[in-house]
Amino acid sequence: MSLRTSPPEDLVARALDGDRRAVGRLLTLVERGGADAETVASLTQPHAGRAHVVGITGSPGAGKSTLVSQLVAGIVDNGTVPAVLAVDPSSPLTGGAILGDRVRMADVDGVAFIRSVATRGHAGGLALSIPGATRVLDAVGYSPVIIETVGVGQVEVDVTAAADTTVVVVTPGMGDAVQANKAGLLEVADIFVVNKADRPGASDARRDLELMLEFSHVTGQENENYRPPILMTNSLDGDGVAEVLSAIDTHRRFLDDSGERAVRTRRRIRFEIENRLAMAFDVTLAQRLAEPATEALIDRVAQGDLSVVDAAEQLRQMMLGSREN
Amino acid sequence: MDDGLSSGTEAAAPIRVVLTKLGLDGHDRGIKVVARILRDAGMEVVYLGLRQTTDSIVAAAVQEDADAIGLSMHNAGHMTLAPAMLKAMAEAELEIPLVVGGIIPEDDVQSLSDAGVAVVLGPGAPSEEVVNSVRAAVAAA
Repeated sequence: MSLRTSPPEDLVARALDGDRRAVGRLLTLVERGGADAETVASLTQPHAGRAHVVGITGSPGAGKSTLVSQLVAGIVDNGTVPAVLAVDPSSPLTGGAILGDRVRMADVDGVAFIRSVATRGHAGGLALSIPGATRVLDAVGYSPVIIETVGVGQVEVDVTAAADTTVVVVTPGMGDAVQANKAGLLEVADIFVVNKADRPGASDARRDLELMLEFSHVTGQENENYRPPILMTNSLDGDGVAEVLSAIDTHRRFLDDSGERAVRTRRRIRFEIENRLAMAFDVTLAQRLAEPATEALIDRVAQGDLSVVDAAEQLRQMMLGSREN
Repeated sequence: MDDGLSSGTEAAAPIRVVLTKLGLDGHDRGIKVVARILRDAGMEVVYLGLRQTTDSIVAAAVQEDADAIGLSMHNAGHMTLAPAMLKAMAEAELEIPLVVGGIIPEDDVQSLSDAGVAVVLGPGAPSEEVVNSVRAAVAAA
């Protein structure tokens, strides 16, 4: 009970001392947003920046959670304590969610710090709170911080702006070489994992990805100092997991040695600023759309006196005007 | 703009419930239905799955900053397991309600309540009762 009413300052102090309950509470404050979340952000910022942040993404059922569980076990064996932010979708209808990633992480949930996060209405594969939550876990000393996205399709690439290293998990039967060359998710991978590699079609998936990377070479999209590896895993029994950990480490060293880390840090800051602004504008927009003036404009469009384009433009002018007051 | 950032989400924060089964008990049809009921009522259900220990449930509730723990019990072990769960929660200073549901004979309900279980939901409890009792228990904590 005391924790629930503790001010953010006390919680941060306790969290830095290793109190997991305080860490859990801080993540709640970050998720809720508002003044407390901003206090937490400014108090944790000075302690953050040490953890390597690894994003794990891929389609629903690709085996992300199971792979994360195996990665965590390997990381613990290597002597550090990681944290996991496991994101699952909120219902667009009720706002509720079933967060089920822990089911696959039962072997490691006493060691690592695992937090299930609902998207709470945000598209893009992550929740808006992820940058702030990552900062808290980084500040209190977990490393690496692993972000597992919701099961994604082709365009949800937010994770690349939130993570230092992005691992894209695919499975046999994901489609043909044309699928692999479509724009989107596959373009942003730092490491490819073909999971369920014991299943038929695994080598086809690997070949399609290799071909896709060859085309990146031809078109000049590839980074000449770094080529994403394609690794085969079976995350149920742990086959290939050590190779994934070693590839993550190789990529981490590439970031440091090439200066790419600075580029990504700036990208992450930009992403967070952009998200905060988008959130603020969304609220302003929702308030404006709820006003009677909007209803009056809708009436005029419905009656045929005004075009949709003109109605939107009038509202835009009114919003800009009110902003300057 | 600051107002926009702080007022929009705070009031709407969903109740977070850790939902699981403790010990050797494989009957998971009921818990899956309850997970859906709570989800459809707008709560965030952290589902741990089967065969958890009191320690693993406490660890999850701490990391998830859960507002309540829900245990589904169909192995007649509730008179042993529910008090064990309460003890583990007390030792971890977890001051959140424990809700128990499943095959609980009428005669045991009072003893469980006396032991500190916040809500006991028997077979056939309607969805509204499940949702409202969880909400009430969280509000009272």
